[in-house]
Amino acid sequence: MISYILNRIAWAVPMLFLVSVASFAVIQLPPGDFASAMVAEMRTQGDVVPEGTEERIRHEYGLDRPIYEQYVSWMGKIVLHGDFGTSLGFNQPVSNLIWDRLFLTVSISLASLILTWVIAIPIGVYAAARQYSFLDYFFTIFGFIGRGFPEFLSALILMWFAYSWFGMNVGGLFSPEMQNAPWSLAKVIDLANHLWIPLLVLASSGAAGLIRIVRANMLDELNKPYVETALSQGLTEWSVIWRYPVRVALNPFISTIGWALPALISGDVITSVVLNLPTTGPLLLKALQSQDMYLSGAFILILGAFTIIGTIVSDILLAISDPRIRYR
Amino acid sequence: MTETTLNDMQDVETGTGREERVYQATPAQLMWWRFKRHKVAMLSGIILIAAYLIVALAEFVAPYDAFEANSRSTLQPPQAIHFFDEQGSFRGPFVYGFKRGRDPVTMRPIYVADTTKVIPINFFVRGQAYKFWGLFEGNLHLYGTTGPDRINLLGTDTLGRDMVSRLIHGGRISLSVGLIGVAVSFVLGITLGSISGYFGGITDNIVQRGMEFLRSIPTIPLWMGLAAALPITWDPLFVYFLVTLLLSLIGWTYVARTVRGRFLSIKNEDFVLAARFCGTSEAKIITRHMLPSMTSYIIAALTLAVPDMILGETALSFLGLGLRPPVVSWGVLLQDAQNLRTIAQAPWLLAPGAAIVIIVLAFNFLGDGLRDAADPYSK
Repeated sequence: MISYILNRIAWAVPMLFLVSVASFAVIQLPPGDFASAMVAEMRTQGDVVPEGTEERIRHEYGLDRPIYEQYVSWMGKIVLHGDFGTSLGFNQPVSNLIWDRLFLTVSISLASLILTWVIAIPIGVYAAARQYSFLDYFFTIFGFIGRGFPEFLSALILMWFAYSWFGMNVGGLFSPEMQNAPWSLAKVIDLANHLWIPLLVLASSGAAGLIRIVRANMLDELNKPYVETALSQGLTEWSVIWRYPVRVALNPFISTIGWALPALISGDVITSVVLNLPTTGPLLLKALQSQDMYLSGAFILILGAFTIIGTIVSDILLAISDPRIRYR
Repeated sequence: MTETTLNDMQDVETGTGREERVYQATPAQLMWWRFKRHKVAMLSGIILIAAYLIVALAEFVAPYDAFEANSRSTLQPPQAIHFFDEQGSFRGPFVYGFKRGRDPVTMRPIYVADTTKVIPINFFVRGQAYKFWGLFEGNLHLYGTTGPDRINLLGTDTLGRDMVSRLIHGGRISLSVGLIGVAVSFVLGITLGSISGYFGGITDNIVQRGMEFLRSIPTIPLWMGLAAALPITWDPLFVYFLVTLLLSLIGWTYVARTVRGRFLSIKNEDFVLAARFCGTSEAKIITRHMLPSMTSYIIAALTLAVPDMILGETALSFLGLGLRPPVVSWGVLLQDAQNLRTIAQAPWLLAPGAAIVIIVLAFNFLGDGLRDAADPYSK
């Protein structure tokens, strides 16, 4: 077990390295660099920029050094000092801007992951136990339709419904009057009023696929002899189902958590843009549009690192729940 | 498939000599029979063929081009098609004209159907001139009006451009992104998947970890980062190809996984062993003997990879990072519907969204059907 965990963690190191290279590439890709952008900005503000300023800035920030040296110094600052560089657009350290937004992104992603399970597991188990019943067909259709709806579209449509039917002004996490208010019961209720839409959007798109997986796995398990044995011993149907086949059927399910996480974070980025949530999405988009590359590089790096860590955690969970995995 | 096959199938259903026919049928026939059983997949296939035909003939099917603006009919609601007028007499297919007024408070234009103004829909009319695929001149349209009045079956956008025309012209871009992306994924996926599955060992391990890595990066932020790096000044068509390349960067892993799985399961089959004993080179074993045996699986995997590409393009363009106007794609069209107030005022701007959902669902169902049919010898 320990060797398996160590092996997984050892694999994570090159993965994290690749993610950091990818993020660095994103920083480097656009034509021009920080120095030329800074000089251009000074010029547009009407400053007289003396000849050679661009080269001086470039030298000061180490942009004239070879690319691998720049990468090493960028990574070195991040690992040693938690310094992600300076955001060009906001003119302050990137680390000041990102952490609360990342916290919100991760909390929303985790909350919708839990909601996905709460929706998908009981429905999938029920649909398998009552195969071809009305509700089974109903959820099958729901599952297929859920697969066809991109997150941003369901967010748009839910927003429209909430606006035109309930007169709610959705978008953001708080109403305008609550935005800067101190925390109180009213503010929490206000938050809950806004939070259900993003959670529902993210959870329903994930649940649509997972219901199918749970159902298929359960159908495989329900016909096995051990279920019959348990039933013949006089246990009620549902206590048998929840006690034995569900536990086996959820195994492949745990292994997909690792894949669910990147999908959720992706979905969150785009849903937040539509719903104007103060998570990473809108800021990342803004950073990319204004070529604020240190900010966007930091986001891509951290989101990528989160998903890799998430994948490892799910692999380890899987190994704990199913001993056979470790020896494969 | 020919008529005879269909008739054969009916004979099989009645049970006479059923076993015999199943034994005599070629694999292609068996697959077709099994695929036909999946009614939803059949329907999806028909929908997709129709959709691709429409966008291929976009200039002819759409009554106008994607840019023909009209300041007199901005944000005009969809027009219902009628056959009988107010008096109940048959007039053929026609729509009512709109009377344009202003909301007294908000000064927004409001439209009221004018039942005295009957605009007949004509078929195969000579209308706006176009260059079919940029090659042949023409002005024939599938439907349209002969008078000065315009016809906007799905309403108009904020500049008074016809939504049907924009939807069809946008579909040409959005639907072809999926196909081109899949072609790239196909090459990458098959090459790496077959190498990985055939040779195994350390090669397999490296390819597998590479795929795991690509799949562990949150796709949207990565796409966003790469797409944002494309300079705005580049030719829109070139940007379009680059965006497609970006999308297939992730898409190929799905194909590669399927190919690798098949390779693992058939590499010890007798026919592969026989080929090896005959001294066939490994490249030839892979391309001539193993790959043809899994064509159907590859087709199914490719079909299931298309919707991801279409969704990716739409999401990127919707955010303003993929294709940009004047290029028209469904994602670009949905940019107009980003604002809540616009949707509340003009819900028909969400029509491209409906088109996306239908196409993506159809590809998913078709892929499911093909996957089931891919192995006709299973029970």
